Amino acid sequence: MTTDTLADTGTPAAADDRASVHPLWLRLMHWVNATAVVLMILSGWRIYDATNFLHFNTPVLTSHGIVWQWGIAAPYTLGGWLGGGLQWHFAAMWLLVTNAVLYAIISVVTRRFVPQFLPVGPKSIVRDLIAALKGHLSHADIRHYNAVQKTAYLFAMADIVVLVISGCALWKSVQFAWARFLTFGYEPARYIHFTAMALLCAFIVVHVVMALLVPKTIKAMIWGR
Amino acid sequence: MDDRKIPDDIKKDREAILREASGLLKDPAKRRLFGNILTLGGLSIATGILIKDHNSVQTILNTMSRFNDGVQGTIFNPNSRSPIYPKSMINNPFRFNAFYQVAQAPVVDGSTYKLMLSGQIRDKRPWTLPQLYALPDQISQVTRHICVEGWSEIGEWGGPPLSVFLKMVGADLTCKYVGFKCADGYYESIDMPSALHPQTLMAFTFREHTIPTYYGYPFKIRIPTKLGYKNPKHVTEIFVTNDFPGGYWVDQGYNWFGGS
Repeated sequence: MTTDTLADTGTPAAADDRASVHPLWLRLMHWVNATAVVLMILSGWRIYDATNFLHFNTPVLTSHGIVWQWGIAAPYTLGGWLGGGLQWHFAAMWLLVTNAVLYAIISVVTRRFVPQFLPVGPKSIVRDLIAALKGHLSHADIRHYNAVQKTAYLFAMADIVVLVISGCALWKSVQFAWARFLTFGYEPARYIHFTAMALLCAFIVVHVVMALLVPKTIKAMIWGR
Repeated sequence: MDDRKIPDDIKKDREAILREASGLLKDPAKRRLFGNILTLGGLSIATGILIKDHNSVQTILNTMSRFNDGVQGTIFNPNSRSPIYPKSMINNPFRFNAFYQVAQAPVVDGSTYKLMLSGQIRDKRPWTLPQLYALPDQISQVTRHICVEGWSEIGEWGGPPLSVFLKMVGADLTCKYVGFKCADGYYESIDMPSALHPQTLMAFTFREHTIPTYYGYPFKIRIPTKLGYKNPKHVTEIFVTNDFPGGYWVDQGYNWFGGS
């Protein structure tokens, strides 16, 4: 890995761009984002457990077999108790938001965003979805995202924006009155925040499965090629 | 599936994937790495759980929490008002919440009760309940009580703004903190700007009646711009200081500013 990284930085920028699927800044930001999202979700689950407002239990494997535990079972969560979960959540949020803002700025400055993610329309999504289900989708050039991919990534980004806005409404409903307004009041923000989290989890499952099916995409997101 | 119908690039793609996969499995180093990638999610969960008890991580988390105190102090706008709700939205019964069961709520004798004052306050004479009840500018407010535990309820609290009292007793309003000690052993402290916020009340009443024991008799500091644990009940002493006083839950890890 060390030699690869050295080779990367040793190559002239233009040649490096042609050679790598993802530029270095993007790869770094992807993994910072992944770390922040995992920390946010696991600590968020611990915070959720303080009330478990949807009244569900989750199964956990113990020495006594499968046991159903209140809310999201403790082994799946981060923080140990509510106070710890809150500390993780409100520390990792800076990682998430700082990274996202930098990503937005660099995407605009490098003019990468529009050609990478747009245009994407319903026709191309249906076409590529059918192709994907039949196993006919090409992965010859992983530089180019197909329409389903584009939609999924755009969805994940929009979903994180929804999470941040509903999070702002929950965190600072008085100071961030705009966030409270956007979530139709304080209590709805809780449900929006939870739903957006669940949808992001669904995205992560699909995303990881797809990446494992085409392992070279994982290599490309680590080493750039 | 009929292979003839599949475009060439996809056929090549399939071959490439297979070649790549077999290559990965042949090379032990790559195989190990591939295994690591597979368990990356599991690993991050495991490390997260492992490092949570680690002191240096706890130091970082505490530092971030103090950083968030500073950010919230900066964000705090003394002119921002907590929403006022119609009386019809008041939760009845309003939820009891404390670090003990409702039967353990302290019974304070109003006839002998005295509010003590200490710290950077000019006139530290104790106040009796009738004297407190005679404070001017009393209002009643229907606001949302937001609990850090993930629920909120609407209630109505009434009394004078804390700022009226602090000015009357000659508190040094340039100090950083206002602290509270309570009959149930609870203690809490808030920033001076929040203490001076016009919606921060010394709540002698709940739903326009004397506040009952379980909601904080003889009075509760009601701060609609802060989370529930920043609203101490059964207050017996108020002090003003520049030395960070902490709080019952804050000292265990809750965020000190706790603003909403």
